[in-house]
Amino acid sequence: MAAMLRIVNGRVYDPANGMDGVVRDVCVEDGRIVADVPPEARKIDAGGMVVMPGGVDIHCHIAGSKVNLARKLQPEDHRRDPHLRTRFTRSGTGGTVPSTFATGYRYAALGYTAAMEAAVTPLGARHTLEELQDTPVIDKGFFILVGNNVLLYRLLQEGRHEEFRHTLAWWLSATKSYAPKLVNPGSDELWKGGRNANITRLDEKIGPFDLTPRKVISAFIGAANDLGLPHPVHIHCNNLGHTGNYETTLETMRIAEGRRAHITHIQFHSYGSVAGKSGDNPTSKAREIAEFVNTHPNISADVGAVMFGRSTSMTADAPLAYMLRRFGGGKWVNADTEHESGCGILPFTYQDHIYTNALQWAIGLELFLLSEDPWRMVFSTDHPNGGSFMSYPKLIRLLMDREFRKEEMAKVNQAALENSGLRDCQGREYSLYEIAIITRAGPARLLGLTSKGHLGVGADADITIYEENADKELMFSTPRYVLKDGELIIEDHEFRADHEGRVLHVAPDYDPAIEQVIQPFFEAFYTIQFANYPVDASYLHHHQVIPTTAQMAATGSPAGS
Amino acid sequence: MSDENIRIVPDATCTFCGCVCDDMVLTVDVQQHKITKSQNACVLGKAWFKEHGIEDRPFALIGGREATTEEGIEEAAQILARARFPIIYGLSDTTCEAQRVAVAIADMIGGNIDTTTSVCHGPTGIAFQGLGESTATLGEIKNRADLIIFWGGNPAEAHPRLFARYAVTPKGMYIPNGRKDRTIVLVDVRRTASTPVADIFLQVKPRSDFEVLWALRALVKGHKVDPSIEQRTGIALAVLEDLVARMKSCRFGAFLFGMGLTMNRGRHFNAGALLALATDLNEFTHFVAAPVRGHGNVTGADNVVSWQTGYPFGVNFSRGFPRFGPGEFTTVDVLARGDADAAMIIASDPASNFPQPAIDHLKRIPVITLDPKTSVTSQLARVAFTTATYGINVAGTAYRMDNVPITLRPAFASPYPSDEQILRGIRDRVRVLLGGNRMPVDTSAAAAAL
Repeated sequence: MAAMLRIVNGRVYDPANGMDGVVRDVCVEDGRIVADVPPEARKIDAGGMVVMPGGVDIHCHIAGSKVNLARKLQPEDHRRDPHLRTRFTRSGTGGTVPSTFATGYRYAALGYTAAMEAAVTPLGARHTLEELQDTPVIDKGFFILVGNNVLLYRLLQEGRHEEFRHTLAWWLSATKSYAPKLVNPGSDELWKGGRNANITRLDEKIGPFDLTPRKVISAFIGAANDLGLPHPVHIHCNNLGHTGNYETTLETMRIAEGRRAHITHIQFHSYGSVAGKSGDNPTSKAREIAEFVNTHPNISADVGAVMFGRSTSMTADAPLAYMLRRFGGGKWVNADTEHESGCGILPFTYQDHIYTNALQWAIGLELFLLSEDPWRMVFSTDHPNGGSFMSYPKLIRLLMDREFRKEEMAKVNQAALENSGLRDCQGREYSLYEIAIITRAGPARLLGLTSKGHLGVGADADITIYEENADKELMFSTPRYVLKDGELIIEDHEFRADHEGRVLHVAPDYDPAIEQVIQPFFEAFYTIQFANYPVDASYLHHHQVIPTTAQMAATGSPAGS
Repeated sequence: MSDENIRIVPDATCTFCGCVCDDMVLTVDVQQHKITKSQNACVLGKAWFKEHGIEDRPFALIGGREATTEEGIEEAAQILARARFPIIYGLSDTTCEAQRVAVAIADMIGGNIDTTTSVCHGPTGIAFQGLGESTATLGEIKNRADLIIFWGGNPAEAHPRLFARYAVTPKGMYIPNGRKDRTIVLVDVRRTASTPVADIFLQVKPRSDFEVLWALRALVKGHKVDPSIEQRTGIALAVLEDLVARMKSCRFGAFLFGMGLTMNRGRHFNAGALLALATDLNEFTHFVAAPVRGHGNVTGADNVVSWQTGYPFGVNFSRGFPRFGPGEFTTVDVLARGDADAAMIIASDPASNFPQPAIDHLKRIPVITLDPKTSVTSQLARVAFTTATYGINVAGTAYRMDNVPITLRPAFASPYPSDEQILRGIRDRVRVLLGGNRMPVDTSAAAAAL
């Protein structure tokens, strides 16, 4: 069992508990934050340092079938970035899609202690769980792709809303996943069955289904809210990356009508067009998007900022990846999963002199700087789509350091800056308190992880201690200490222990009779036996069920176990 | 018959070939440790289930002498801890759980990890690294593909249920009439048992697959192809043009290709040409391609080695991190050069099918084998473990050829340990012997000390 520990003299940034740089002790016992520990407990002197909860990544792509295809695809990316083994940690390779061990260790080395894989085909849930078990230190969960699910579509078009909800709950439970994810809803049927077409309007009929993206989105928002899931439906809107798509994004957010919904990598969905011409270069609509989010407390978003350099586009949005392929013309992967999803993968490099790339970079920063509620506009690069998680420290510096931002702005395509509003937001600099919100407290709250993202009594003792430095990139690149579940994983910048994190998942209740609806579909159309589809507990190892609101009310326990 | 000795295991999985069919209904004679009936299995699957009873064999042999599993683990750990260039090979006929431990050992000892992929669809893996691919799960092919082109393989004999379960006859969501709604094309250098299934059979001259594929790519892109293509490949231009018209006009096309492409002249160029052709066709319609993989869990081995190292096979850890080197770190090459000084072979029999120089070297070095059966390799091994059979006695995960993971339901218990149990024992003992992971020699520090 992890020892007792007292962190003294550090400036504590714990926004969930209103602590804004207060110098106070943080005490740890048995992996949790406690009010006090006896005097003989080991002390860590954090004088001159900043103490924060461990980072929580609300949206990244780190494990599962598509990630592994992207890994296999890029030996050249691994070759230049080896990850060496130590006496007690595993080796691996890095690049934009690191091996599993390198992923866990590198997240931990940035002070992150939890991350959510954001797009898993239900059929690939087992694979994802196997990879996550080989992803050390951090706690982790994954979202399942349900926004193009054929059985759910069939139930929906027949108006069987209750069965739809039970089936969704069954799917979340059967895969040991964390949240439902929609990606370009309606597109799969046109892509796979319509000669690689795409859907473009929210009121367009979805191929053979008597449905539209609008109906699908609304139904999922409703079902996720009715189920009381800790995180609402996680939406990758239609028309990602397309000029003029901000109207689709605004309209999608309006569909929520006051119900909770999370819009992911919203930067990629904030593009306007010049004088209504969709074929032209995009412009920034960050202001319109930020304003909508600011004034609608039911909506949350992560930014999905773009950082210059190498990235890997990997997405369940197959038509998008195919479109991007035209710009690069290099390697491209398409991978269809029966009745559940499409997928596209390609290496991609964001370049500061290219108009569109520079505009995307600017819009990401604008969204952060225009956000009035850091709890609902949180940090992400959609790793590795907008950039690797290894670029997080630089992005933090761009938000915190106006002078640095100015220098970086001078390097990029100036026409793009003209068509963004970034110059108008130059007044704002993020504080450490706000950084703690967008990288920890906010994502944890949006995910419904009540024992993460804060340092109050009872919280998981996932703690990062940074040495204060005027160069925020350097500061956030190399934490001095990282504790996971109360164990000192990193001390004096070096790994001292290995650790296996937990799988976080939901298990919403459903009527078992729903299996009589699901099973016939499997027998007719799947190639795996219905009985062999649900993932059993042998794939979970260390894990934690995060309860739904109904389950929480029944047990009176907020944290689950 | 309500005999308590008879157990029925429904939804069991056959791990013989890459189809990994999970709809077996096994009848088990528990006392006899035998599967007496395997409903839904193909001829290969039936033989697989029938032949994997429990034989009375020693738990381990050390230098030909009977030993316990524990003694075997000690000897194996000593060999691996002492070796300077240990290699681990095989892995396609075991669970992902065992594969993960095998890669962990290779990492710990700074050894070499490679799988049977390197002598099978390895060239497809290399082509994939250069091009990517458009692919799909078998269920998409079953439900949507109206044009299927088999190339360089003989599924009727190697993957008997591929036709009936996934790709030719099954009815699907958009293929309501099954076989009638599909056009089947077969390309091969000879007639095989698979040929009768095809509507169109293209008999290409041996060693001209690449030329045929490249001519098809040219035609798809609207370029002219000289009629002399017929003399070169045996296929008339008009036949190729007809095929191109069919490929462009189908709604969902699929290539399923075999080792006739990858283990032939041109290797990864052939696989690459086919993957590129499938990609090109996506300008016109939806088109996918997938290798028809062999051993039960070879696809799992590719996945495990990839997620742990970033590379699919032929990986070396001697410098403290994974390096990929097909031709350098692939097992045939490592052995033929005489580099390896110890080998651990898991669920594979390289001594029965490798080139002679590689086998000769295997005979010179200490070899450890894990296998449910006696094999040519186990007979030359210093330590030969008898193991339980995955899927029959051992639970765990196997990946179908289309990367779909399936959980195995064992039919009856074996007295022998699983590969995973033995490998864990070896890993834990090697860790003690080495005091943790072996650190690569720091030559700069050594030089500074001189």
